[in-house]
Amino acid sequence: MTMYEIRIHSRGGQGGVTAARLLALSAIHDGKYATACPFYGAERRGAPIVSFVRIDDTPIKIYSQIKKPDMVIVLDASVMDVIDVVQGLKIGGKVLVNSTHKIEFMGFSSSHVDLTGIALRENLVVAGSPILNTPVLGALAKMGIISVDSAKKSIREMFSDERNVKAAEAAYTEMIA
Amino acid sequence: MKKISTGNKAVAEAVKQVKPAVVAAYPITPQTEIVEQIAEFVSTGELKSRYIPVESEHSAMAACIGASITGVRTFTATSSHGLLYMHEMTNWAAGARLPVVMANVNRSIGPGWNIWAEHTDAMQERDTGWLQVYVSTVQEAYDTTLMAFRIAEHSDVLLPVMVNLDGFSLSHIMQPLDTVETGDFIPPIYLPHAIDPKNPAGYGGLTGPDQHFKFRWDIERSMRDSVKVIEATENDFAQRFGRKYGFTEDYLCEDADVVIVSMGTLGKEAEVAIDMLRKEGVKAGSMRLRWLRPFPKLNLKGKDVVVIDRDYSFGCGGILATSIRAQQKTDVYSVIAGLGGQEVTYEDIANFIRTRRIGEEFWFGVNDHV
Repeated sequence: MTMYEIRIHSRGGQGGVTAARLLALSAIHDGKYATACPFYGAERRGAPIVSFVRIDDTPIKIYSQIKKPDMVIVLDASVMDVIDVVQGLKIGGKVLVNSTHKIEFMGFSSSHVDLTGIALRENLVVAGSPILNTPVLGALAKMGIISVDSAKKSIREMFSDERNVKAAEAAYTEMIA
Repeated sequence: MKKISTGNKAVAEAVKQVKPAVVAAYPITPQTEIVEQIAEFVSTGELKSRYIPVESEHSAMAACIGASITGVRTFTATSSHGLLYMHEMTNWAAGARLPVVMANVNRSIGPGWNIWAEHTDAMQERDTGWLQVYVSTVQEAYDTTLMAFRIAEHSDVLLPVMVNLDGFSLSHIMQPLDTVETGDFIPPIYLPHAIDPKNPAGYGGLTGPDQHFKFRWDIERSMRDSVKVIEATENDFAQRFGRKYGFTEDYLCEDADVVIVSMGTLGKEAEVAIDMLRKEGVKAGSMRLRWLRPFPKLNLKGKDVVVIDRDYSFGCGGILATSIRAQQKTDVYSVIAGLGGQEVTYEDIANFIRTRRIGEEFWFGVNDHV
């Protein structure tokens, strides 16, 4: 496999950085190499932020930002009002949006899953915000980016609350890849 | 066990295993995660250390000095302005021959206010008598922190060691981390000139003109002796744990016509540039300098040399380029890049090599010939 590069769009405080960490950890559990890094700017709660994940079969030596991702994950669809989330996305690249309905992107393959709805149903809410970073792993497993076992293992290593695993399972089931 | 860790947490993990008796620190971005994590280890009892939350970096180093002179192991971490604020005390730690270990998360100096990676902070400490090492991966940050204690505390060294990691690009990146059981890799600390707080005594600190230079020479003698201590420590580490480092990390240098020299994460990214250039038929190599002090003898004979400086000495030049020119007695292509976190990609690095003009200096993003 050649290097697979993923960009995650979210808002500060929504867990985009943790999602990147969980995704990289899952890839490592799958026997691959992975790095995750947030882009640190002058971000604050609620502001649009990006984080990056690289996955490869060999150690990753690149530290500069991802400019041509293979995949884009949008944890908060409202950032699409202010940011072109598919900027630089490779032709035929994948977009995963947290949404109740399908959103088309010309030239790219689009998937959606209602992560917010799943989090609310599982009562995964911290400080009034639904937790999106654990359910999104279920969707990524469905898309074949990581294995289901590694996704669950990574979630359990970071969170003791089993509702996180249940939410990931729900996303896996509900998502139409 | 397979873990994922940031560079900062990898340093804290190593410190936990080495068990310093005293950690004195003051938080500063992007280093804060190191001392936060150590404070947590101390509060949960995972690390039995005296954690002193001081009111400034000057005091952090002073507290480490005070503790170290009693013969115990000490650690602190800082960055940028914090390091500069310590400057008087960093000189003192080296002069008093105290094996303090410090992680410095490299960050630019203001103004303008900037929190991103640059090496000028640590470079301004290069004449203090501290050993300095620059790392490029989370694993290397962990491994090197472990080794730093053994090197600093070795009876042939007894000098402080600074482990440098790039702000954000390494301090905050998450990469795989393989932790080890250190066993007896790091022997108990023994400081021959330790003072005993139970037997208070007064010492005259004045050293006259007929003595002072001897103490200065003694620092240099130990700095030279540290070369073989570093080699022995890295060899033993490789034998026990299977990871080998060295004074430089050389990538495809042997048959290279042109070698690019750099430090930190740019040195890793440079290897990707070398792979690109090799595919184009350019015989290029990368030499990532790990140890800045003691400055190693570099093997660059007969090659074009391109140097990336993530630092600058105004009115003189890139600090690494200046050192390499002097040592190699030959000119180099001096590239100033990555200041204040400036984005530098492997494609940019490949361009530095392709368009090199030996004898010239090039400020990436300022001049226009790349």
